[in-house]
Amino acid sequence: MSTPLAPALHSLDRKLTSPRALPWLAVALIALVAIPFILPSYQVSLATEILIFSMLAMSIDILAGFVGRTPLGHGAIFGVSTYVVIYWTASLGGSLWVGMVLGILAATLLAAVFALLAIRTSGVYFLLLTLALGMIVWGVCLRSTSITGGENGLRGVGPPPFLADHVHFYYGILLVVAPVTWIVWRFVHSPFGLTLRGIRDSESRMRSLGYNVPLHLFLAFVASGFVAGIAGALYAVLNDFVSPSTVQLSQSVSGLLMAIAGGVGTLLGAFVGATAIVLLENIVSTFTTRWPSVLGLTFVLIMIFAPEGIVGRAQILLAKRRRR
Amino acid sequence: MGVNLFQLLNGLTFAALLFIVASGFTLIFGLLRIVNLAHGALYLFGGLVGYSAASATGSFVLGIVAAMFFVALLGFFLDRGLLRFVRGNELRQVLLTLGVAFILNDLALVLWGGDTYAVPVPEFLRGATKIGAVLYPKYRLFVLLLGVVIFVLLWLLLNRTRFGALIRAGVDDPEMVEAMGINIRRVFLGAFMLGSALAGLGGVVGGAFLTLYPSADSEILVLSLAVVIIGGRGSLIGAAVGALLVGLLNSFGQVLFPELSYFVIFGPMALILAFRPLGLFGRTA
Repeated sequence: MSTPLAPALHSLDRKLTSPRALPWLAVALIALVAIPFILPSYQVSLATEILIFSMLAMSIDILAGFVGRTPLGHGAIFGVSTYVVIYWTASLGGSLWVGMVLGILAATLLAAVFALLAIRTSGVYFLLLTLALGMIVWGVCLRSTSITGGENGLRGVGPPPFLADHVHFYYGILLVVAPVTWIVWRFVHSPFGLTLRGIRDSESRMRSLGYNVPLHLFLAFVASGFVAGIAGALYAVLNDFVSPSTVQLSQSVSGLLMAIAGGVGTLLGAFVGATAIVLLENIVSTFTTRWPSVLGLTFVLIMIFAPEGIVGRAQILLAKRRRR
Repeated sequence: MGVNLFQLLNGLTFAALLFIVASGFTLIFGLLRIVNLAHGALYLFGGLVGYSAASATGSFVLGIVAAMFFVALLGFFLDRGLLRFVRGNELRQVLLTLGVAFILNDLALVLWGGDTYAVPVPEFLRGATKIGAVLYPKYRLFVLLLGVVIFVLLWLLLNRTRFGALIRAGVDDPEMVEAMGINIRRVFLGAFMLGSALAGLGGVVGGAFLTLYPSADSEILVLSLAVVIIGGRGSLIGAAVGALLVGLLNSFGQVLFPELSYFVIFGPMALILAFRPLGLFGRTA
C-alpha cells in the first residue's frame, strides 16, 4: 500500500546528507545548547518537554514516514516505559538508571509483541490494530490497581540531585536526545533504512526482489518502540507522575499529530511538530481549558490543508520557487 | 446456573446494543472505506441529545427521533463539510474523523458538563421480569429485541430495496454504478447519514442502561471497532457475529478475569486481525 501521508521528500534527505547541511546542523545544535542562556526558566522546562516529545514523534515517524505504516498505539509503548521507570524507582526503591534501562527494555519488548501482530496488516488496518493493542495496554494499566494504582496513578521520585536544577536537567535530556537523533538519522539513511523506504513505496516489488519484508517491518517497529521507550523513560523523570492517561489514546494521537504536523518522512519534522504542538498546547491552556477541541481542530485543518506538514510544506514551496 | 443465565442475558443484550452501533460503523466503513473514528462521539452526542429531548418532553420515542435526526444531520455536515476535502485518501479521512471526535467529545463536555446521565425509559419498560429462575430488567430485553429488529430491517433494506442494491453495488464497484447514471455521491451520503443515525439510536438506547459520561464515546468506539474488525468490514452478518462475540466475551470476561477484561476482548480481536486481516466475513475489495 502506498503512503498518502508521506509525499516524496527525498530531496530534503539528499540535502541533509550533503556537506552543505553541516553548517545548518551546527547552528541548530548551538541554538539548542544556548537555549538556557537566552530563555527564562519556564521556557527552558518547556524546551525540555519539547525535546522529549520530539523523541516520541520521531519514533512514530520511523513507522509513518519511512515504513508507510501509521501507528496509533505509540502512546502505550511510551507510557509503559514511564510506568516501569516510576514503579521501579518509587514503588521498589530501585536506582533510576536501572529503572530507565528496564523501562526502555519493556517498551522495546512491547513493541516487539505489537509488531508480531501488526506487521501482517497495512494502511487503515494497521492503524486500527495498533489502536486496539494500545487500548489493551490502557485497560490493563487501568485495572491492575495493585501495581499501577489505577486511576490515581503513581508518583515518581524526581530527577537525581545533580539534575534537579532545570538548566542541568535540560542539558541532561539534550545529552540523550542529540545522540539518539543522530542514531535514528543514521538508521533511516542506512541501507536498511533505504530498504524500509522501498517497502513504503512498493511492498510487492521489494518482496519480488527477495527482501524479507516482514522481518524488515518487525525490526523497524522494534527500533521505533526502542526510541519511544527512551522518550517514555525521560518523561518519567520530567513528569514525576504516571497514570492511565499517559498510555491512553490521546497520547498516541498527540504524538502522531506532532509527527504529521512537522511532516512525516522528515526527522526534522518531529522536532518542528513537537515544538508547534507543545507551544500551541501551552498558549491555548493559558486562556482556555478547551485543549481537546483545539487539538482536534488542528488535526482536521492539517488533514485538509497541509497533510504534508510544516517541513513538508516548506519543502514543496522551496522546490516551487526554485523551479520558477 | 441462575448466575450463568444472568450473564448470558447480559452478554446478549450488550451484544444487541453493540450491533446497533457497529452496524452503522460497518455500513460507513464498508461502503465509503471511511473508518469513522467520530462514530463514538456521534453515539455520545446522540445519547445526550436524546436524554435532553426525552427529559424535556417526557417521551422516550421523541428522544430517539431527536437523537437520530440530529446525529444524521451531524453526519451530513461531516461528510459534505469536511470529508469531501480529503476524499480518496483513506488515512487522511481516518485522521480527520479522529480530530472531529476530539472536538465533538469536548463540545459535549461544554454543553452537558462532566456529569453522568441516564436516559429516562418509559414506565412499561421499567422493572424486571422473570425469565426461568432469574429476574431480568425488562429494558435490557427490549434492547435485545430492538437489536434483532434493526438487524432484520437493515437486512431487508440492503437486500430487498433499490437503495440497498445501489449500496451493495457501490461497495463492489462505485465507478460502474456512477457510469450507469446514478449519483453515487448521493447514495454514499445517504449511507453515511443512516450510519450516523444508527450511532445516535445506539446512544439513546445504550444511554438508558450504560449511562452517558465523558469517556463513554471512546469505550463504545473501541468496542464497535472490535466488532467490525472481527466480523469484517461492510458485512451485516459479520457485525452481528462480531457483536455476539464481543458482547459475550465482555460479559463473561468481566466476571472471570476482571483485571484483564479488555484483554479478553482485544486479545481475540488482535489474533483474528493478525491471521485474517479482513475479519471473519470480510472480502477483498
